[in-house]
Amino acid sequence: MAASDAEAPGMRPWILMSPALGAVVLLLAIPICFILVYSFWLRSAVGSEQVGFHLDNWVEVLTDRFYRDILLQTLRIAAISALLCILLGYVPAYFIARSTTRHKTVLILLLMLPFWISYIIRTMSWINILGVSGALNVFLLWTGAISEPLQILYNEGTVILGLVHFLLPFMILNIYVSLDGIDPNLVDAARSLGATGWQAFLQITLPLSLPGLAAGSLLCFVLGAGTYITPMVLGGPRDAMFANLVFEAIITQLDWPLGSALSLALLVILGSVVMLYTRFAGIGQLAKSFR
Amino acid sequence: MSDRQPVVELREVVKRYGNFTAVQPIDLSVEAGAFVTLLGPSGCGKTTTLRMVAGLAAPTAGDILIKGARVNDVPIHKRNLGIVFQNYALFPHKSVFDNVAFGLKYRKVANPEIAKRVQRALDLVQLPQMAERLPNQLSGGQQQRIALARAIVVEPDVLLLDEPLSALDANLREEMRVELKKIQHQLGIATIFVTHDQSEALAMSDKIIVMNQGRIEQQGSPEEVYTRPRSEFVARFLGNSNLLDGRVLGRADGLLRLAVGGLGDILAEPDGVLEAGDGASLRLVVRAEKLRLAASPTPEADVTNLAGRIETVDYQGQSARYFVTVGAHSLQVINPIDQRPHAEGAEVSVQVRARDIVLLQPE
Repeated sequence: MAASDAEAPGMRPWILMSPALGAVVLLLAIPICFILVYSFWLRSAVGSEQVGFHLDNWVEVLTDRFYRDILLQTLRIAAISALLCILLGYVPAYFIARSTTRHKTVLILLLMLPFWISYIIRTMSWINILGVSGALNVFLLWTGAISEPLQILYNEGTVILGLVHFLLPFMILNIYVSLDGIDPNLVDAARSLGATGWQAFLQITLPLSLPGLAAGSLLCFVLGAGTYITPMVLGGPRDAMFANLVFEAIITQLDWPLGSALSLALLVILGSVVMLYTRFAGIGQLAKSFR
Repeated sequence: MSDRQPVVELREVVKRYGNFTAVQPIDLSVEAGAFVTLLGPSGCGKTTTLRMVAGLAAPTAGDILIKGARVNDVPIHKRNLGIVFQNYALFPHKSVFDNVAFGLKYRKVANPEIAKRVQRALDLVQLPQMAERLPNQLSGGQQQRIALARAIVVEPDVLLLDEPLSALDANLREEMRVELKKIQHQLGIATIFVTHDQSEALAMSDKIIVMNQGRIEQQGSPEEVYTRPRSEFVARFLGNSNLLDGRVLGRADGLLRLAVGGLGDILAEPDGVLEAGDGASLRLVVRAEKLRLAASPTPEADVTNLAGRIETVDYQGQSARYFVTVGAHSLQVINPIDQRPHAEGAEVSVQVRARDIVLLQPE
C-alpha cells in the first residue's frame, strides 16, 4: 500500500461503520446523554425546570421504598411472564422446527401476523374478552354457570396474561431458531445408541436448544420489564410497573427530571441483566434469531 | 445360531413415498462378519435401504430380519446397531468420552466397565488421549474416528456406515478407508456401507450391491462386479468402459466373431448364459484398461487388432488415458506408461483379447 494513501488501514473499518455508528450516536447515545443531564435538574414549584446539578431526584429514586417495591414487582411480573412463555412456547417452536420446509414458512408467517396489529389494540382486545360485558362473561351468564358477571380484569394475573400474549412470538421464534439449527442426525444417532425418543430429547435436543431458550427469556424479560401499556390497560391501580412511573412522572406530573432519573434507573438495571447474559451466553445467540 | 444364518436379511422390501417408489422389492443378505457395500448414484435407494435397516424409515412392504428375527416393528433403540453418519453427528455439547459412553449408559453397563470399554474403543481408533475434548476441538478425521468408536463400543450386531468418508479430503479418505476396513475385520462386525464412490466400494467390500433407481442391478464380489458387469448400468458406473453394438457372424475355435458397425470384426469369448446364435445382436463392454495400444499388430489368434489414431492424450502419471479414433468410433484406452506415453496423432494398433470382452443382451 502506498504511504501517501489517505486511508490508513486502521481507519477503513471505522469509515465503513460510520453510517451505522452515526445513527446509533444520533438516535441513542445523544438522547440518553440529554436524559442524563435532565435527571440532575429540578422541577420548580411553578412547573418550569431548574437547571443545575442536583442529586435530589437520584436520592429519591434510590432511597424511596415505593420505587423499590414497584421495581421488584416489575421484575417479578416480567420473570413470571418469561417463564410462562418458555412453558407455552417450547412445544409450538418444536412443532414448527419439525414440520416440512413448505409448512415452516406458513407457520412462521402466522407467528408474525399479530405484529401487524397495533400492540395497544391487541392488549385492549382482552377487555372485549374478559371484561364485565366481555365474551367470556356473556357466555358464562348464558350457560347459567354464573348469575353475576365476574370481575376478571385489572389485576396482576391479567397483566401477565397480556404480557405473555405480547411476548410469546418472540420466545417461539428464539427457541425455533435454536431447534432448527440442531442436526436431525444427532437425535437419530442417540436413538441408534439405545435412547428412547424422550431420552434423546432430554439428552440432545433440550440441552442444544438452551441457548435459544436463554435468548428468548432475556428478550421477553427485558421487553416485559420495560412495558407500560399492558399494566395501564389490563392492570389495577396496584399493578403499576416501573415504566408506568416514568409515564406518570413525565406525562401526568410534567416532572421531566424525576422521569429521567427513573428511566435511567430502569435502563441500568435491564442493561445489567443483558450484560450478565452476554457474560454467560454471548450476545451472538441473540443476534441469530434476528437473521 | 449357525454361522450361515445372515446377520441382516431383507426380503421383498419396498419403500414408497406417496407415488414415488424409492426402493423396488429388493432382497439382500449380509453374512456374519461381512463387509457389504451398497453402491450407486444419488437417489438410487441405497441410503433409504440403510435407513430401513436402521429403523429410521419403515418399509412399505417386506420383511427386515436381524439375526433371524423380524425387526420391522422393533424401534431403533432396541435394534442394537452402530451407525456412523456422513457428517459424524457427534453430540457437540458432550465430551469425546461422553459421546463414546452414550450407548453404554443405556445398556446398563457399570461405570468402571464403561470407562474401560470407552478407553479400549479410543485405543482402537488410535485416539487414546482425546477423551476430555469436545468434538469441535477435533479435526474432521478425528471426529470420524470418534464417531466410529461410539458406534462400535456397544458391540452392535450390525455396523451401518452412511457415506462416512465423503466429508474427508482425498488423502485422509484413503487412510481412513484402510483403517476402517482393518477395524471392521478385527472386530468381525457385519457391516453395511453406503457409498457412491466406486473405488471405496472396490477397495473395502466383501460384497458389492450395485443399485440403480431403487433396484439391485448386480451383486457379487468386487472382482465379479468389476470384471463381469451384468448390465450396461454397472458397466458404465464402475470403471471406464467402451460400449459397442455387435452382431454375431459365427464361431471359430470356440470364439464368437462379431461385426461391430463402423469398427470391424471383433473376437469375443462366448458367454454361456446368453443366446448368441448367428445374427443375434449383442452389446459389447470393453474396459478402457483392457484395450492395449501397440505400434504394430500382434499375430496372437485370440486378439483382435484394430487400426486407430490417437486423438487426445490425458497424462496421469503412472498411466495415460487416450481417446483413439477407430473407424467411426472413439475408444477410451487407459494404458500404463512405458517410458513415455504414445504421442497425439500417432497411428497405432488397438488390441483386445477375446476373454476381456463382456457380452450383454441389448437393453
